[in-house]
Amino acid sequence: MLIPRIIPCLDVRDGRVVKGVRFQNLRDAGDPAALAAEYERQGADELVMLDVSATADGRRAAVETVSALRRRISIPLTVGGGVRSEADAACMLGAGADKVAVNTAAVEDPSLVARLAGRFGSQCVVVAIDAARTPDAGEAEPSMSWAVVVRAGTRATGLRADAWSRECQRLGAGEILLTSIDRDGVGSGYDLDLLRAVRRGVRIPIIASGGAAHWEHLAEGLTAGADAVLAATIFHDRIRTVADVKRDLASAGFAVRAAGGLEGSPGGSPDASPAAGPRGGAR
Amino acid sequence: MPGSRPVIHVVRTPTANIASVLAAFDRLGVEVAPAEGPDMIERSGAVVLPGVGSFDAGMRSMRENGLVEAIRRRVDGGRPVLAICLGMQILFESSEESPGVEGLAVAAGTVGRFPAGVRVPQMGWNLVKPDPSCRVLRPGHAYYANSFRAAATPPGWLGAWSEHGGPFVGGMERGSVVACQFHPELSGAWGARLLAGWLDLSGVPTPATRDLLESGAC
Repeated sequence: MLIPRIIPCLDVRDGRVVKGVRFQNLRDAGDPAALAAEYERQGADELVMLDVSATADGRRAAVETVSALRRRISIPLTVGGGVRSEADAACMLGAGADKVAVNTAAVEDPSLVARLAGRFGSQCVVVAIDAARTPDAGEAEPSMSWAVVVRAGTRATGLRADAWSRECQRLGAGEILLTSIDRDGVGSGYDLDLLRAVRRGVRIPIIASGGAAHWEHLAEGLTAGADAVLAATIFHDRIRTVADVKRDLASAGFAVRAAGGLEGSPGGSPDASPAAGPRGGAR
Repeated sequence: MPGSRPVIHVVRTPTANIASVLAAFDRLGVEVAPAEGPDMIERSGAVVLPGVGSFDAGMRSMRENGLVEAIRRRVDGGRPVLAICLGMQILFESSEESPGVEGLAVAAGTVGRFPAGVRVPQMGWNLVKPDPSCRVLRPGHAYYANSFRAAATPPGWLGAWSEHGGPFVGGMERGSVVACQFHPELSGAWGARLLAGWLDLSGVPTPATRDLLESGAC
């Protein structure tokens, strides 16, 4: 039985972590590799690194950053932000990413998803979907109510989030990174209606993103059908570690992975906890 | 200290993304060189057979590089091999992924799809429960990224099991051959200890593997 993944996200610009980080035991909190290693130590199940560099130099630095992360961490690493072509993907995978996330480039040329899946395998291909609520969201036809936007939410695409995610699955995407643009940075929790609407249409894993401010939000996302939950604010801006959050989730009946093996699992024996979680056999 | 680290060999296939494998062995103090051709497979102290991509592409690469017989001889002889993900699947006779394509067939049986209704690809952490007689595979959480799996342990192999729509073979071992459907190189400290255990069994110990194995962690 798969264990829900807790995924801290690192926004990196010009080779440095963008958001403020307050871990006291980090000598250099702006160093992405040091932060990544700290997250792994705390029990992160996977990391996402989003390159938000605006310049060619910044994007070249991102490749170096991926290599530096890979040397340090022994958990999966997804890299997104500047991946616009097969060549970009090959570069990031060669540097040490395990998966690449494509967003705008996939919307502009959906065949990119198929080409990436054909060349690297579906398990390497994440499609990042940024979705914005439209006025009819949550009404009788909720599946028609989320628009796919690109370029940090500034440009509409004419695509619907549920239809686009189904198309991505058909094209060979191995995973959907689903971000609510309305909730991103707001801290009021994931857009659960959006999650459910996309969940109904695809059998590939979904990573929920945008809006999580504390562990209950992660729990809500998992219950609404996410296979993994991504968060930046919780771990960056608060004095809560991944281990703290996993302990809370375990106490609420969710299965979690212990960082170092079976001993010392926050939920006790890993056999004991999953039955109470949302990932039970009934789905 | 270049040159002072023990060297193992990795089979390069065009579909394999092996940066994580290289990084994991580097952390353990082992040099990983590409296995260029059957002679090197024959002579190497320890061979890693990684691979992502399709069963067909993996086998085509084995055939085109003339590695099929050399790998078969190593596995049949129980000499150190670590097969990861697709590397494990091509040990079998065939796969539903690529009907009609013959695998290395050093493990009896076939690789099939997960049952309908479960998340595919299986992407994430899952509990591994090995046969108590396993020497390298241990209980713990492993990271998987796969759409196909073996449903039965081949005769003569010790198995480790995980559950995803029913039990499947998460790993198996025979002699010094260890095969993992999961990715030990991405399975955190537990995975690092597994790699250290295989290196130790293969007669390639390093200070880092000894530390890991003696610390009792994981």
